[in-house]
Order: sequence, then structure tokens, then C-alpha cells
Amino acid sequence: MTELGHHTESVSTGTAEISVVVSEETPPRRSRNEIAYFALRNTKLVIGLTVVLFFLALAIVGPWLTDAEPFEFGFPTGQPPSWDHWLGTTAPGQDVYSQFVYGLRASFVVGAVAGCVAAVIGMAVGFTAGYRGGVVDDVLSMLTNVVLVIPTLAVLIIVSAYLSVTSLLGEAVLIGVTSWPWAARAIRAQTFTLTSREFVSLARLTGRRGTKIIVSEIAPNMSSYLFLVFILLFGSSILIAATLDFLGLGPSNVMSLGLMLNLAVSNAALQLGMWWWFIPPGIAITAVVGGLYVMNVGLDEIFNPKLRRT
Amino acid sequence: MTRYLARKITIYLLTFYVAVTIDWAIPRLMPGDPVDGLIARLHADSTASQELHGFFTESFELDQPLWKQYLNFWWGLLHGDLGPSIAYVGSSVSELIWAALPYTLALLIPAIVLSYLAGNRVGAMAARRKVLDNTVLPVAYVLTATPYVFLALLLAYFVAFQWELLPVSGAYDFSVQPAWNAEFARSFLSHWILPFLSLFLVSFGGWAIGMRNLIIYELEADYANYLQALGAPNRLVRKYAYSNAVLPQMTGLALALGVIVGGALVTEIVYGYPGVGSLLLTAIQNRDYFLLQGIFLFIIIGVLVANFVVDLLYVVVDPRTRTGLQGQQ
Repeated sequence: MTELGHHTESVSTGTAEISVVVSEETPPRRSRNEIAYFALRNTKLVIGLTVVLFFLALAIVGPWLTDAEPFEFGFPTGQPPSWDHWLGTTAPGQDVYSQFVYGLRASFVVGAVAGCVAAVIGMAVGFTAGYRGGVVDDVLSMLTNVVLVIPTLAVLIIVSAYLSVTSLLGEAVLIGVTSWPWAARAIRAQTFTLTSREFVSLARLTGRRGTKIIVSEIAPNMSSYLFLVFILLFGSSILIAATLDFLGLGPSNVMSLGLMLNLAVSNAALQLGMWWWFIPPGIAITAVVGGLYVMNVGLDEIFNPKLRRT
Repeated sequence: MTRYLARKITIYLLTFYVAVTIDWAIPRLMPGDPVDGLIARLHADSTASQELHGFFTESFELDQPLWKQYLNFWWGLLHGDLGPSIAYVGSSVSELIWAALPYTLALLIPAIVLSYLAGNRVGAMAARRKVLDNTVLPVAYVLTATPYVFLALLLAYFVAFQWELLPVSGAYDFSVQPAWNAEFARSFLSHWILPFLSLFLVSFGGWAIGMRNLIIYELEADYANYLQALGAPNRLVRKYAYSNAVLPQMTGLALALGVIVGGALVTEIVYGYPGVGSLLLTAIQNRDYFLLQGIFLFIIIGVLVANFVVDLLYVVVDPRTRTGLQGQQ
């Protein structure tokens, strides 16, 4: 796979198979204007970003627009969308809109926190393995490969079943600490190619410490790549959280989109034809994750002049 | 080739060892007495609680030293003994899982294989036709971003409940008995199509996108340009590009296995399909920890075996692994 000049790392995150192509030559320092110029003309980025920002705005502002609490009962039962209840009510009489916007908020929080945790672990392992090489690399790569093969969801199921997670943060951290391996592998490969470059050797000659060189020489040169990795981790964390919540293994006192789907299925929303109960949360997850993926491809094209084609 | 496979097998054995250790350690490392926690959730009265406490302590063998517990766990595992089920009184965990496994495999294997083959084909086709690219790609992005749960819900809602085209719940009608005849086959198939389709479509989107990007990338490579300069027919160039693009796709397949298995579990739950996923839901709802641990082990073993199969296929597809060069990891 490694050819002269380029390195392709094919990574699988969540359900998406996305290949990121990164040019090995250090890109010349581009001005902000140039990035902005290409960013605004990239349809993929514009579409993806618009969708994600729309739902983010809804998650922030949405809860202010309703007095109903997500777990509050006492509304008319099983009503379709109306002026009083924008997205209708559930079979036991809860407001779907309120559940939806609070759930959306939870999704963004879980995605961001889990994405950060996974990115930090992935960078720590990836940078260390790629920069140190040798035995350290062997040990860390073995560890990465082992964790990579274990299905994240299986571990999460068993851990959250015993731990009975009660907070959103707890769930996010759990997801983060189990979904870093592919990021570590991708970052390791990138670090590997950068470490052999002259400017890194020069930095080493000055006798600076390894961590310093990684932070000031290597990381900045792959910052765009790291950003892409974070976006993918963000998206896959949202999907994993939705699955966990759907299984009833998420925090039961926090409304989430996955929990909405869980409640809809267990209360026979399908049989009763209450589409307004499960379609909005499903569409929101799909749109946010899809928006992030499309945004990722767009950003990739902007950072990589080679991919910039119409 | 032996070196390549030996390295892979080492990783898998190590993974299996780590996974079993996690499976053993989690109930013992959790804060508090796991037995107390279990009983509290069962809402038993005090005399029953005492009985249960003794029963669970004995079942978990918590009265023995840790190293002995650990060895016993392995001993039981290697003899196929995963303990009794709490939710289904009187059945052992391994019996339950073996009974559910065929249904899960009947969904998973065709879904994985067919979506991979079809996704690769369509992705490769999209890479060379602009019209196809502009129609298939957006659809593929939507599909790959859809959570398995949601696609399953949508299909169940529209196809099964609104249009009443296909049945849901169970793997066959209650009126028929499992047997090798046309009637049962028809009933089984009609229950099988929807869960299969949900799994198939989500994975299909991912493979199509991956293959399309890889083909475009390969067609820009030097060897492709050189072939074209020599005047080779386009079909030949694309054939070479395809062979090269298949390799990273196969690595992706190995990585995606865990996610697809997770997808199968939730899909089964939505359709009430009697596989491992539905068993898992019962285990979670009844706090049946032995069953949970057993299912965890089966998922791990399944994913490891599938990974190994992909590795074997990789040896067939990538000549570098056969000639001693390591090829792609």
C-alpha cells in the first residue's frame, strides 16, 4: 500500500469505510484565504456543514422552545403532530419534541466527549509508536491490533451491563476508551512517514525532548489529518451511543435518541402506526452522522490539493 | 505466507486470551459485591435473598481464591460450560446460544458476503460513470450513515405494517413446523428477507463508497497512466485498478466485522428474530449475567474466526503475502 510519495490509510469507522489520502510532501503554508476560498466552493463541505450546524443549533436552542420535560407525563396519549405538540406525543403521554431536542443535545455531547477521549488516546498511542519505533512500536502496535479485533460493541455491552451507567459522561468516556484503535493505527502510519523527514532529524539534533518534537514539529504538520480523524470518531461515537441506548444500556435517566427508539419499539409504536415517535430521532442520527462523513470528504479535498477536482 | 499467518494467529490467540480475561474480570472488578447487586435487582424477599446469595456465591465460585476462580473459568470454557441461565431457568447458557446461533448466522453470512460483493461492483462502476456516480454516491452516503436500528425500523414499519407485504416477528409462522419442505422454506424466507435487507443495505453503502474512492485513486497511479500511454484497453487498466483496490477493501472488511455483528444484534431485536440479538435483549432485561458473558464470548470467537477467514482470503488475493513479503498488515 505504501507507495513513494503517498500513503493511503483505509479506515473503517462505525459503518463507514472511508479512505483518507494524505500527501506525504509537507504542504506549503497556505494562507487562510486560500482555505476559505476552496472551502466555500466545496459542495460536500457546505452541505455537510449546513446539516450538522442545523441540528447543532436545534440541539442548543430547541429545549428553550418548549416547557415540556422529556420524561414528563400527563399529555394526551399517542397524538400525531399538532400545534400543541409539534412532534406529537408518545403512547404513555410524553411530548416527542421535547424528547427529541434533549436527545439531540445528548447525542452531540456524547459524540464530542467520546470523540475527544478516543482522539487523545489514539494520538498518545499513535505518536509514541510512530515516533519511538522499535520495541515500543512493536508492543503498542500489538496492543492496538488486539483491541482493534475485539468488537467495541461487545465490550461496551458487557461493561455497561455490570456498571449500569447512570451519566451521559460515563457513557461517553466508555465509548471513547474502546474506539481509539483505528485512530492510533492511522496516526502511527502518518507519524512514521514524518519522523524520517529532514526537519524532524534537525529537531532531534538540537537535543529537544521527544514529546516536544512531537508537539511542535510532527503534530502541526498533520493537523488537518488529525482533524479528519476527530470528525470520524465523533460520528462513529454517535452511532455507537445510539446502539447502546437502543439496547437499554445507556443512562436511563437521560433522554437520548437511542432511548427514544428503544421506548418506541417496546411500546409497539410500529404496530400502532405512531411514526412521529421513531422517525424524527432516526432521521436526526442519520443526518448528523451522514453530514459529518460528507463534511469529512469535503475537508479532505480542501486539505489535499491532489483531490481538488470538480 | 507462514510468517504472515503466524503473526495473525498470534494476534488472535492473544486477543482471545485478553477477551476471556475481560469477561472473567469485569464482574469481579466492579465496585461492590456483584452478588448483592444481582439480588437487589431481582427484588427478592430477605429469606430468598439469603438463599440466592449462597447460590450465586457458589455459582460464581466467589468463595474460592482468585487464581482458582480464573483457572476454573478457563476449565469450564474449554469444556463448553458457560454456566446456567438465570432468565431461562433450567437451560444452560451454551444450549441457549447454540439454539439461537443458526438464525444469526443465516442473517449475517449472506448479508456480509453479498453486500461486500455488490458494494464493490457498484462502487467500481460508479467510479467510471459520471451519471451513476452522482446518483449512487449520495444514496450510499445516506445508507452508510443510517444506524442499523433505524433502517430496520423503517423497513419494518413500511413494508410489514403499513403495506403488509412481509411478516415480522419470529423466524417462521407459528402454523408451520421446522422441516425440510417447501412450506417451511417459504415461511422462513418471508421472515428472513427484511432483517437481511436492513443489514445488507447499510453495509452496501459503505463498500460502494470505499471502492469508488479507491478506484479513482488507483486510476491516477503511475502504473495506470503507463498502461494507458502504452495504449492498453480501458478494460484492462480498470481490471488492474480493481485488483489493487480490493486489498484495502478486504482490510476494511476485517475491521468492519465487529460493527456488522453489532448491527445484526439490534436488527434481530427490531424484527423479533430469534437469534443471538434477541437472546441478548432478554439477558439485559433480566440481568442474566451468565448469558451476557456467554454471548460476549461467542461474539468474540465469531469475529476472530471471521477475521481469520478474511486473512486466508487475503493470502489468495495478495501474492505478496505468499512470497514472504508481508504485504499489507
